Amino acid sequence: MATIVQFENVGLRYGTGPETLSDVSFSLGAGSFYFLTGASGAGKTSLLKLLYLAQRPTRGMIRLFGEDAVTLPRARLPGFRRRIGVVFQDFRLVPHLSAADNVALPLRVSGVPESDVEAPVREMLAWVGLSDRAHARPATLSGGEQQRIAIARAVIGRPEMLVADEPTGNVDPAMAERLLHLFDSLNRLGTTVVVATHDLQLINRIAGAHMMRIEQGRLSDPTGSLRFPPRDA
Amino acid sequence: MSDATASRAGRRLLDNGRQTRAMRWVMAVMLFLTVLAGALGLGTWSAVAGLDSQLAGRMTVQLLGATDPAVRAVVDAVQQVPGVRAVRAVPRAEMAALLQPWLGDAGLDADLPIPVVIDIDVAGDTGSVGDAVTARVGALAPDARIDRAARWLGPVRSFIVSLAWLAGALVVLMATATASIALLTARSGLDTHRDTINVLHMLGSTDVQVSRLFQRRIALDTLVGGAVGTVAAAGAIALISARVQALDAVLVSGVALGPVDWLLLAALPLLFTGLAMLFARVAILAALRRTL
Ligand SMILES: Nc1ncnc2c1ncn2[C@@H]1O[C@H](COP(=O)(O)OP(=O)(O)O)[C@@H](O)[C@H]1O
Ligand SMILES: [Mg+2]
Repeated sequence: MATIVQFENVGLRYGTGPETLSDVSFSLGAGSFYFLTGASGAGKTSLLKLLYLAQRPTRGMIRLFGEDAVTLPRARLPGFRRRIGVVFQDFRLVPHLSAADNVALPLRVSGVPESDVEAPVREMLAWVGLSDRAHARPATLSGGEQQRIAIARAVIGRPEMLVADEPTGNVDPAMAERLLHLFDSLNRLGTTVVVATHDLQLINRIAGAHMMRIEQGRLSDPTGSLRFPPRDA
Repeated sequence: MSDATASRAGRRLLDNGRQTRAMRWVMAVMLFLTVLAGALGLGTWSAVAGLDSQLAGRMTVQLLGATDPAVRAVVDAVQQVPGVRAVRAVPRAEMAALLQPWLGDAGLDADLPIPVVIDIDVAGDTGSVGDAVTARVGALAPDARIDRAARWLGPVRSFIVSLAWLAGALVVLMATATASIALLTARSGLDTHRDTINVLHMLGSTDVQVSRLFQRRIALDTLVGGAVGTVAAAGAIALISARVQALDAVLVSGVALGPVDWLLLAALPLLFTGLAMLFARVAILAALRRTL
């Protein structure tokens, strides 16, 4: 199986503070499903930021889609980012846009013709169960509804990799399971999925998912499956 | 982002009605003043050209109580000065007609001493040629009165020329002010919409795509505001022009705007729109380059 992400001795330091991430090394196999767990403040979001190119590491090597992501020129970042779907921990919906227009953003950014935008948007809204809120502004949606819009926006472009930062933090268990099922479906279509969560209940729901555990900025890899991606996925 | 994005969702992406209204108002004022200054410049410039072609090459000699042979002698002498194009003694009947409003029919009386006026057309620079003519006439008729149009028009001309330059400088100043406004608007827009821009970047927007959202907004505001200002200024100019024509004076008759002048004035809002867009783009791309 191909490697889609590779970290070697990656370190991240915000400003002049202590290292938030230290000596992080792992490989992700293309098409696999990963959970990233760890206590609050352990560095899950920081690790994901490196993954979706919102942050450059202060040391170490990162390869993404087979290319060096550390020295990637700024001009090439948009092309890489369009291959990654992100569910931000704080959603980051555009407040002035309707739910439907928020979901449509990745397609429009990629220059998809306007005539090919409406149908996928409708389909995604139905998938997250928010067809009737298509015209609502984010501010009028509940936290859970905003989270589902954020998820619809992250997956609408059929990204090669989906990175979700605590995507079920604001929804009830039934909805969490439904969203997880959505990620699973996407994964079966070939998308590599990385989900940060501290909900251990969720992890058992996906058969064959791998687990990464982060503690105080250091990654533990008890099974060794991260350094040597399994060949079965 | 496709064009449709920028025009439909893009407009709302950078939702900021109050800023737009302020920008349009400022641009209307800028273009109003700029078009007025431009009209002043173009009008005075054409007045200068008119002065140069109509009056600058003219001299007149007045001889009082001169006999016909004496007049002919002066005409012959002046004709021989190099640089003199044409010499003409104004016939007595023509002079009488010119003086009629003041003298009535008395001007027709052959006994009334009417000065003989000789019109001289001088080619090119009247300076040295004018001096030669003055010397020649002075030798033949010491009490002749010699008027050099260029001499008494000189100060008027330089006054008008400095007006034209002042107007040009005003237009340039307005252009730099407009560019600065576009720059400041773009920067404050970046601040206001920092979160939205960050999201767009994370979704894979290029800097050029982000910049285009602002450029369009700023171009539209400049164009709409500028058009209003330009139309208002055109109205003011038309009003002033009508007053000037009514003056019917030699000096201001040249202060008229031709079709080309009007076209140039109409191009000002378009020019300023392009300028605003360019500066907004430069400011935004420079700012975005500092982000990841
Ligand atoms: N932008 C930042 N600047 C400075 N420190 C940060 C920043 N983001 C996160 N941190 C710090 O890094 C550590 C890990 O944070 P984070 O990656 O958000 O952890 P988690 O997502 O696991 O809760 C925390 O101590 C947090 O305070
Ligand atoms: Mg976090």
